[in-house]
Amino acid sequence: MAIWESIPEQFQMVLIILAQVLAVTIVVTLCVAYLTLAERKVIGYIQNRIGPNRVGPKGLLQPFADVIKLLLKEVVVPSSANRFLFVIAPLLSITPALAAWAVMPLFPGFTLANINAGLLYVLALTSLGVYGVILAGWASNSKYAFLGAMRSAAQIVAYEIAMGFALVAVVMASGSLNLGEIVEAQAGGAGLLNWFWLPLFPLFVVYFISGVAETNRAPFDVAEGESEIVAGFHVEYSGVTFAIFFLAEYANMILISALTAVFFLGGWLSPFQGLFGEDSVLGAPGLFWFALKTAFFLFCFLWFRATFPRYRYDQIMRLGWKIFIPVTIVWIFVLGAMIAFQVPPWFA
Amino acid sequence: MQAVRNILKTFFLVELFAGLRLTLRNLFKPKFTVHYPEEKTPQSPRFRGLHAQRRYANGEERCIACKLCEAVCPALAITIESDVADDGTRRTTRYDIDLFKCIYCGFCEEACPVDAIVETRIHEYHMERRGENIMTKDKLLAVGDKYEAMIAADKAADARYR
Repeated sequence: MAIWESIPEQFQMVLIILAQVLAVTIVVTLCVAYLTLAERKVIGYIQNRIGPNRVGPKGLLQPFADVIKLLLKEVVVPSSANRFLFVIAPLLSITPALAAWAVMPLFPGFTLANINAGLLYVLALTSLGVYGVILAGWASNSKYAFLGAMRSAAQIVAYEIAMGFALVAVVMASGSLNLGEIVEAQAGGAGLLNWFWLPLFPLFVVYFISGVAETNRAPFDVAEGESEIVAGFHVEYSGVTFAIFFLAEYANMILISALTAVFFLGGWLSPFQGLFGEDSVLGAPGLFWFALKTAFFLFCFLWFRATFPRYRYDQIMRLGWKIFIPVTIVWIFVLGAMIAFQVPPWFA
Repeated sequence: MQAVRNILKTFFLVELFAGLRLTLRNLFKPKFTVHYPEEKTPQSPRFRGLHAQRRYANGEERCIACKLCEAVCPALAITIESDVADDGTRRTTRYDIDLFKCIYCGFCEEACPVDAIVETRIHEYHMERRGENIMTKDKLLAVGDKYEAMIAADKAADARYR
């Protein structure tokens, strides 16, 4: 403690923030590791198999075995690839996925960086991730990688718009760009009926589906499309660089799930808010509810992958441009009317 | 009317939810996986695995070097050379099966008039060095001596169908 007291106050603050950042990053990374295991287990169970169960008790150490394997493997850089961009691309795709956690309201009163335009920051960072994919596709000097990158770019541009419109509605409903305030705007006495998923239901669905498309997950995984273009943008990647792309994809999944929970399912609010009281176990808001909601959406990601066949490319474009964008625009007007007439319990 | 119903069906994702329900139901169904080294699936007495050469109860080799197996082998995996033995009988001096060529069809076993060459149930074997894929006469006889009880039981179980 004496050493701690001797540090100047500004440095103390920096150290505390660093510790917080480190804690969140490590937890997110561990979640990514276990999400890969959960994916193999859930998809295995859905296909009447049991999934990995050899490494550690019930296969619980499998993610570490995978990581060690990937770290020990050689990184092969294709002969005529742009070496610098080739190596920097995976970093470009992991950084935004982790950086977006800075504004995530994890539990009441805790956000790493409580900035007032948090939603804009999230939008900016999630759209930045596509640069990693495009650069990887281009720098690999491979036609499959390039095709995957082009597909991914077009797809993300298309779905970004629908996603943005859905978030406009969230901003209208909550009256704030700060994620913590968006969560607090969903508090109320009617339990989970107070949350935004009900008045914004079509946008909630559109947002989550766009999120699936944005992360290039099945059924929107044409960017990888292993049956057509082998593995898309990361076909030339191996070892650590591949591991980082893998990490980025799963970190993005967790991010989208957490954001959906924050925007539409009341973040850390309890579904029994107002029914049990703030002091009871079920009624109290906290990290637990946030984690539970995020886990539900993550399960949906895996569930979708095990259920739906991949969309054809033109179908993806049609869905994004001709269905999602009109639906979101129409619902923004409906929402405007609801706010104008102060429909209870959300806008009273 | 049909068009309206179709639009409603599309917008409420009816068919997607039907699919999701099906997969969710499978999530909770009992699993088929056999935990291989600990659990094994049942084997038929007709299982065609590693080859073996048998002897009669008095220790005499069954093989009479008739070369029917060599002739019938569709993969040309069997090589036989024969000579007259000390007791005046015709015996093989060389009987090689190349396990890399062999397709485990069991024709050699079918063709053998004295049930000398057989395929056992053994399927968990491997080779570590070059040349180990050639099953020589000695190796075949060794396998046969070691597993004679199992081979005899399998032959007896299958005899009434032959």
